Amino acid sequence: MLAFLVRRALQALLVLLVVALIAFTLFRFVGDPINQMVGLETTAAERAQLREALGLNDPVVVQFGRFVWHALHLDFGVSYQFKQPVVALIGERLPATIELAFVSALFALLLGIPMGVHTALNRGSWLSTLLLTVSLVGISLPVFLTGILLIFIFAVTLGVLPSFGRGEVVRVGFWTTGLLTASGLRAIVLPAVTLGLFQLTLIMRLVRSEMLEVLRTDYIKFARARGLTDRAINFGHALKNTLVPVITIVGLQLGSVIAFAIITETVFQWPGMGLLFLIAVQNADIPVMAAYLLLVAAIFVTINLIVDLLYAIIDPRIRVEARSA
Amino acid sequence: MTRPAGGLAALFDNDLVHSFLHSKVTMVAALVTLAIVLAAAFAPWIAPHDPFDLRQLSLLDSHLPPAWAPDGDRRFLLGTDDQGRDVLSAILYGARISLGVGGLSVALAAALGIVLGLVAGYAGGAVDSLIMRAADVQLTFPAILIALLIDGTMRALSGEARNEETAFWVLVLSIGLSSWVQYARTVRGSTLVEKNKDYVLAARLIGLSPTSILFRHVLPNVMGPVLVIATINFGLAIILEATLSFLGVGLPPTQPSLGTLISIGNKFLFAGEWWIAIFPGATLAGLVLAINLLGDWLRDALNPKLR
Repeated sequence: MLAFLVRRALQALLVLLVVALIAFTLFRFVGDPINQMVGLETTAAERAQLREALGLNDPVVVQFGRFVWHALHLDFGVSYQFKQPVVALIGERLPATIELAFVSALFALLLGIPMGVHTALNRGSWLSTLLLTVSLVGISLPVFLTGILLIFIFAVTLGVLPSFGRGEVVRVGFWTTGLLTASGLRAIVLPAVTLGLFQLTLIMRLVRSEMLEVLRTDYIKFARARGLTDRAINFGHALKNTLVPVITIVGLQLGSVIAFAIITETVFQWPGMGLLFLIAVQNADIPVMAAYLLLVAAIFVTINLIVDLLYAIIDPRIRVEARSA
Repeated sequence: MTRPAGGLAALFDNDLVHSFLHSKVTMVAALVTLAIVLAAAFAPWIAPHDPFDLRQLSLLDSHLPPAWAPDGDRRFLLGTDDQGRDVLSAILYGARISLGVGGLSVALAAALGIVLGLVAGYAGGAVDSLIMRAADVQLTFPAILIALLIDGTMRALSGEARNEETAFWVLVLSIGLSSWVQYARTVRGSTLVEKNKDYVLAARLIGLSPTSILFRHVLPNVMGPVLVIATINFGLAIILEATLSFLGVGLPPTQPSLGTLISIGNKFLFAGEWWIAIFPGATLAGLVLAINLLGDWLRDALNPKLR
């Protein structure tokens, strides 16, 4: 078990180092960092001085080491565009993205699981057919198009929900939250639904196919033979056994939630990290791009590691394989 | 049957034709795809207007609703945008660009993935580890993020001035490079199985070069799954292109794809001028849905387990 843990952790560290190398290469070799930092009137001598001061004349390996060291201390330099430390920019926008991802995941789970159970238990009913057809269309609809349609229906035509921004936010320590004000809650509805819709269809289809699989197994037949109620069988036995893969997939999907958040945040002008990253890409603001890349990599790698560990704890077979390998 | 399952021959065998003719949904999907592809290909001949010919544009015609609306104009079936461009014609030309980027980027990703997968599977050892670890790292990130990153880097390298002319190829490259992993993994897996078969051994014995063994003998036997992935990824590539263009880092308004058109129309949605965004959006959604249905069918039809 310990060997398995250590090996997975080392692999995760390696992935992070590779991503750091890519981020460093971007930062150092795409465009000249000096040109981006100084004005037009800076003399060549001043430029050379700045170059020396920033250590850009050192061997590349030393520079990379310094880059990693700084990154470990959350120092990603200064944004070319905003002239502010990248960490401050990201820290300011992190709560907005996390709240959006959290609410959308909640929406997807709370609706997706019952819908999946219903379509598995009532195969061929008109509601199941409708749900499955709509979900197929939902998967084919690009995220930004869903967002536009929702804005058009609920913000423009019906005028019931706001179409952009976060509404009023409350500051709790370093965290700004929109979940405590009425306007904040109204503002999060459309973005969260847009972001959660793909997850919702995914969870529904997954729960459905897992349920169908489990319902065919022997222990469900025995439970029926014992005379348990349908309710106890369906929810106590069948659903419980479908949830492990569902939770795994949802956890692993968190990555794509962060990626789709870039699109959702742009459509709804939601002031989160995704919008910041997109503006950075549009303006070739390399320090912000590099920091975002590293941050997302760290989040992904941590999630993957946790999922792997949970798996090893839940499923003894993986531990055995890990030992023999 | 002794025919190798999933080989190229399976493409034209009767099972496939049979299953195609027995699925109405698939036939409709194929018809829709074909119709959009043909309409896009022949856009210059069938489009009622040339949306890029400035002499034909008149600001007097701008912001017109679809022809069936009370103040619609019969000349513009689906209405016009803010510059007086015919929305229907713009969609036809836009679909041309969307399909072009989608097709070329899928070809690039497939070519890259196939070559890397074949080499990794056949060579094994350090080469295999290197390629597959690279694939693992890339798989950690969603394609959209990688495409955005490549796009941003190329922008920084090429400078603003050249964006208009290079935008098309930058997109093809970003999308292609962001989606080769799936091909490489599948091809590597099949190659690992194929390389121990007798025909590869025989080919080696008679002294064929590894290149000719890989591309003339192994490749045809691993193409089945590749076609399925390519079909499904074609839909994904079109969505990715539309998304990037919508986000403003794809094709510029001077050569609009479907995504650019939706992005332009999005600005006028609040004024109630829904047709500028909704019609290109519906075209995009219909096209991708049809391609996805075709991909699903192809996957089931080529999978011997489901037959």
